[in-house]
Amino acid sequence: MLSIKNLHASIEGTPILRGINLEVKAGEVHAIMGPNGSGKSTLASVLAGREEYEVTEGEVTFKGKDLLDLAPEDRAREGVFLAFQYPVEIPGVSSTNFLRTAVNQVREYRGLEPLDAVKFLSLMKEKMKLVEIDQKLLSRALNEGFSGGEKKRNEIFQMAMLEPTLSILDETDSGLDIDALKVVSNGVNQLKSADNATIVVTHYQRLLDYIVPDYVHVLYKGRIVKSGTKELALELEEKGYDWIKEEIDSAATV
Amino acid sequence: MSKDNEILEEFTSKEYEHGWSVNYEADEAAVGLNEDIIKWISAKKEEPSWLLEWRLKAFRTWQEMAEPDWANVTYPKIDFDKLRYYSAPKQSNKPKNLNEVDPELLAIYERLGISLNEQKRLQGIAVDAVLDSVSVATTFKGTLSKLGIIFCSFSEAVKEHPELVKKYLGSVVPMTDNYYAALNSAVFSDGSFCYIPKGVRCPMELSTYFRINAANTGQFERTLIVAEEESYVSYLEGCTAPQRDENQLHAAVVEIYAAAHAEVKYSTVQNWFPGDKNGKGGIYNFVTKRGICAGDHSKISWTQVETGSAVTWKYPSCILKGDYSIGEFYSVAVTNNYQQADTGTKMIHIGKNTKSRIVSKGISAGKSQNSYRGQVQVMKRADNARNFSQCDSLLMGDRCGAHTFPYIDINNPSAKVEHEATTSKIGEDQIFYCNQRGIATEDAVALIVNGYAKEVLNQLPMEFAVEAQKLLALTLEGSVG
Repeated sequence: MLSIKNLHASIEGTPILRGINLEVKAGEVHAIMGPNGSGKSTLASVLAGREEYEVTEGEVTFKGKDLLDLAPEDRAREGVFLAFQYPVEIPGVSSTNFLRTAVNQVREYRGLEPLDAVKFLSLMKEKMKLVEIDQKLLSRALNEGFSGGEKKRNEIFQMAMLEPTLSILDETDSGLDIDALKVVSNGVNQLKSADNATIVVTHYQRLLDYIVPDYVHVLYKGRIVKSGTKELALELEEKGYDWIKEEIDSAATV
Repeated sequence: MSKDNEILEEFTSKEYEHGWSVNYEADEAAVGLNEDIIKWISAKKEEPSWLLEWRLKAFRTWQEMAEPDWANVTYPKIDFDKLRYYSAPKQSNKPKNLNEVDPELLAIYERLGISLNEQKRLQGIAVDAVLDSVSVATTFKGTLSKLGIIFCSFSEAVKEHPELVKKYLGSVVPMTDNYYAALNSAVFSDGSFCYIPKGVRCPMELSTYFRINAANTGQFERTLIVAEEESYVSYLEGCTAPQRDENQLHAAVVEIYAAAHAEVKYSTVQNWFPGDKNGKGGIYNFVTKRGICAGDHSKISWTQVETGSAVTWKYPSCILKGDYSIGEFYSVAVTNNYQQADTGTKMIHIGKNTKSRIVSKGISAGKSQNSYRGQVQVMKRADNARNFSQCDSLLMGDRCGAHTFPYIDINNPSAKVEHEATTSKIGEDQIFYCNQRGIATEDAVALIVNGYAKEVLNQLPMEFAVEAQKLLALTLEGSVG
C-alpha cells in the first residue's frame, strides 16, 4: 500500500530525514518510535504533504501512485489521514460544518454524490459512538477551547468519518490521561480492517499496549536504525533509547 | 512562503462581477458644480422653494469647508468641478407603476439578480431601485400603503409627503455636519424614503438597490427612515457599479429616526467596484450614516458587509438620546489589492441606562489597508451607560495592513465600557489542517473567513446572509497567506 524508498527531507536547508525505507501493507500496524528530534513527526508531515518540508531525494508510492506528486488535499482524498499532534483551532467553524465540507469534497473526488444533511447526520451519529464523543462538542467551533483529550478524540472521530486507507497517528498519546488513551485506542482498533493500515508515531511504549503493532521501527537521526516486532517496544521501554544511540553513534565513528 | 504568494497573486486577479455598463439615453446636468447646477437639479425635480434654499445653504457652507484629511486613506485630490452631479435615464413619462417602467431599465436590475417584478420575487422584499441619480422603480408599494407604511423614492416623498421630509431632513445629519454630508445636502438627487407609522411592524424587508451606471458621474443619494413609536422595520441596502478606469465619487447620507420603543435594523452589503488589481479605478465611498434613538427604549442596529470601493470612509453611528435606548454596530470590512477602508462607528450615550455594542471584523488581503475607527462617548447625564466593543483584524499575506483607532470619552463615573481587540493571520497551519481533511485551499479560506465573520453575518436577514457569504468567498478567493 505504502512504499517509502530512500526518503530524504529537509527544512530550511537542514536535513531531517536521511534515507527512510519502509513498506506498509494493508491490514498492518506499524509503530515508529525514537528519541526526541529523531524525525518522527517530520516523517508524518512529509507523508501528509506539509509545505515547509522539502523532499530532496527518494520516492513514496501510495496505492501505486506517486504520493509526493499529489497536493495535500488530494493525498487526503486518496485516503491518507494524519491525526495531528497539535490540532489547530478554527474559530466560528463548527466541527459539523467542517466535516461536512471535508466528507463531501472527498466524496466528490471519488465520484460519489454528496451526502445530504440527513444522511450526513446519521453517519455522524454512528461514528460518534466509536470514540464516545459528545454531540455538543461537535456543534462548537472546531477545537476552540477543547481540552487536550477532546482534541485528540475529535481527531479520531474525523478519522472515523473520513474512512482513510492509511492513518498516521502523530503522538496521539501525548497529553492524554489513561482513560482518554483507552477511548482513543479503542476507536482506532475498531476502525482497523484488512484493507487499511495504520502508522503510529510515538515516543512511549504506553500507547502500544492498546494499539498493538505488527512492526516496530526505531528512528534515529533521520534513519530507521532498528526494526522488530512489539517486543522491541518493550525492550525500549525497559532500557530507554541510549543503548541504540550508542550502538549507532559508535558504528558511525568507526 | 513563496507558494502562498503565488496563490495570493492568483487570487487577487479575480475579476469584479458587476463591472458591465449599459448605454441608455440620459438626461444629464452639465459638468461642474455651482449654484446654477443646484438650481437646475432642484428645478428638474420640481422641488419646493424651501428645499432649494436648503440646498443652496448647504452648498455655501460646503464651499467654506475643507476636505477632511484625518482618515487613514490616501487618494488624489478630487476635482469637484470635473464631476457631473446629475444623470438620469430618459423616460418619456413618469411611470405610475412597474408596467410603465422602461423594460431596458428593469433588465439592468434583472442582470444584477434583482427582479423588480413583484410576482417573480419569492420572498417578501420590497425594493426601491436607484440608477445613477434617480429611483426607477419601487415594488410592493400597494401592499405597504395598506398598513400606512410609506416606502418610495426620495423625490416622490418631497412631492407627496413634504411635511414629513421637511420635519426630518437634516435632523439627524445636519447639512453642515461634515464636508461630504454638506456636499450631499447641496446636490443629492434621489434615494429612498421610508416611514413606519406608530405601532406597525413592517411585514417585509425594505430594500434599496443602488447602481451607478453613467461615467464621470457622482452618486449622491439620500435615505431617510422614520420609525414612529413602537414600530419595527428591517432595511437592506445593496450597491454595485460598472468597472471604469477613473474613480467615481459616491457620497451618500442616511438618516434614521427612531421614536420610543421603535426598532430599526439597517443592513448593507456594499459591493461598489473596488478598482482593478493594480489599484486603477474604483469608487470613492464617502458616506455619512447616522441614527438617533430619540425615544426611550428605542433601538437602532447597523450591520454592514463592506467588500467593495477603492476608498471607503464610513462610520454608521447611533445617538442614544432616549433612556434605555440601544445602539448596535456589526461590521465585516474586507479589503484586497489596493483597497483602503477607514470605517467604524460612533456611539453617543446621552440617555440613562443606554447600551451599545460594537462588533467589527476587518479582513485585509493583497496590498490593502483596513482601519477600524470607533468612538464611544458617554455624556454627563448618561447614568449606567454600557458599551462593549470587539475589534478583530484578520490578515492574509504579508503586504497588507490592519489598524485600530478606538476613541473613548467618558463623562459619567457609572459608565461601563469594555474594549477587546485581536489581530490574527490566517495560519498556514489552519489551511494545511483543512487540506489534510480533503478540503481545497480556496474552500478552506472561505470556511475560515466565514467562521471569523460569523457573529456579524448572523445579524443579516437570511437571503442577504447567503449573498454576503458568497461575496466574502469571492472577494478573497485565492488570497492565502
